[in-house]
Amino acid sequence: MLQVENLDVHYGHIQALRDVSFAVNDNEGVAVLGANGAGKSTLIKTLIGWNTPSRGRILFDGKDITRLPIWDRAALGLAVVPESGRVFRDLTVTQNLELGAYTEKHRATIQQRAREMFDLFPVLNERKHQIAKTLSGGEQQMLAIARALMTRPKLLLIDEVSMGLMPILVKRVFEVIGQLRASGVTILLVEQNAYEALQVVERGYVLENGKIVLNDTASELTQNPRVKAAYLGG
Amino acid sequence: MDYFVSLAVFAGIWVVLALSLNILMGFAGQVSLGQAAFFAIGAYTSALCALKFDQPFFVGFFAAILVTGFVGAFLGLPSLRVRHDFLVLATMGVNFVVVAIFKYVDFFGGALGLIDIPTPRFFGVNNDIPYLILVWLYVGAAILISWYISKTWTGLALNAVRINEEAAAAVGISVPRFKIYAFIVSAALAGGAGSLYAHYLKSLFPDNFNFIESIVILSMVVVGGVGTLRGPIIGAIILRALPELLREVHDYRFTLYGGLIVLMMLFQPMGLLGDDSTLMRGLRRLFVRKEKVDYEHAA
Repeated sequence: MLQVENLDVHYGHIQALRDVSFAVNDNEGVAVLGANGAGKSTLIKTLIGWNTPSRGRILFDGKDITRLPIWDRAALGLAVVPESGRVFRDLTVTQNLELGAYTEKHRATIQQRAREMFDLFPVLNERKHQIAKTLSGGEQQMLAIARALMTRPKLLLIDEVSMGLMPILVKRVFEVIGQLRASGVTILLVEQNAYEALQVVERGYVLENGKIVLNDTASELTQNPRVKAAYLGG
Repeated sequence: MDYFVSLAVFAGIWVVLALSLNILMGFAGQVSLGQAAFFAIGAYTSALCALKFDQPFFVGFFAAILVTGFVGAFLGLPSLRVRHDFLVLATMGVNFVVVAIFKYVDFFGGALGLIDIPTPRFFGVNNDIPYLILVWLYVGAAILISWYISKTWTGLALNAVRINEEAAAAVGISVPRFKIYAFIVSAALAGGAGSLYAHYLKSLFPDNFNFIESIVILSMVVVGGVGTLRGPIIGAIILRALPELLREVHDYRFTLYGGLIVLMMLFQPMGLLGDDSTLMRGLRRLFVRKEKVDYEHAA
């Protein structure tokens, strides 16, 4: 589904990613774990298309998308739940969902998808006419996920889903991601919260100082002493 | 009578200018301090069509719309590269450049301007009433265009670009395409207003389109309520009619405009009639009872 090959990314003279390679297979959940400053957000920005790598390439569904503009990536089936500015704050919940299906031009399809999202996230149904910024942090996160699902993406990219959420909501959001995984959605999580992330994915990579230093199944990573020490609190 | 006709003609022209900036600023979130440049280009295009090429009014009018639309697309290009604060400076610069070109190039009449621009007469009526109707038909068209954009996918996409460019791009909205689109529509509307202005005033001078006029247009939008339809319309009428009716105010009108912008930014950033302004909240409380309906309204 997604193949990342030998990515180098520079900001001026500073190298943020070094020779990063990894893959996400069809119907698989993968997490890229890392501490602050490890290069996680650079990686996701490069996958979305905000950064152009100085070396390497990104293949999505067998197609080279390394230099494809961001807005053309959505149509291919790559959806993003961004970390910052998760929702369109001044628009209603329904409008947010409609925008998620921007690449879908049929009114009926969009409404059908929106109904599916309201079934999946009943809390959004209750608030469908509400302006997004009046939603709580957790609800906004649900909305961001629902918006990304509106296109029935082949791959769902989720950036730091737990950032800025209360622990109880973090649990709830990961439950939702677990359900999505169970229903067969291919997911790439870029996440600091290793404990929660490794519960919902099958494989994981650990990013340190812009390099992939570990690569294993989720259960092995959970047992790995290095991961335990650095990310799971001993 | 003539006085009120001329007041109504100018009010209509400024309503269109405010609506044109509103499409760019209120819908697409691209702040421009050079709207008077598009106004000028439209006015000069139309006047030159009549004076140098002997074309009838409507040829000049549509030429003005086409030419400014094209120039708008071109001037929209910086918005793809520079961030908001730099865009403000860039559009300001464009205003100065355009005025300077009209001032120093002889073909455009230079500092002496263009004179004897014919005012078209319609249906054999020998006064300005048909022209006034034409102006307000154009106002109607500008309102319709604004309304149509705000109700369609295009409006939603422009909104998304305004609120969060990165998220908009991520859902598949081609940010450059919509920014340029907003620049083209905004410029073309202002260009048509320029044509109507030129043929009514009968003479054009570069100084009619100074930077200060861009500020006037901006203050109309800001005072009325950026992003809404009613805001720029009411803002333009108030700010245009007020100084005309109260001569004492007239001499200090630029002070008034500047002061109003500052006051609005401090106390009513949404404008007098913006969606969340004190006035609109009050009106809504008066007419809409239930909180639930209130949300529907805000949508």
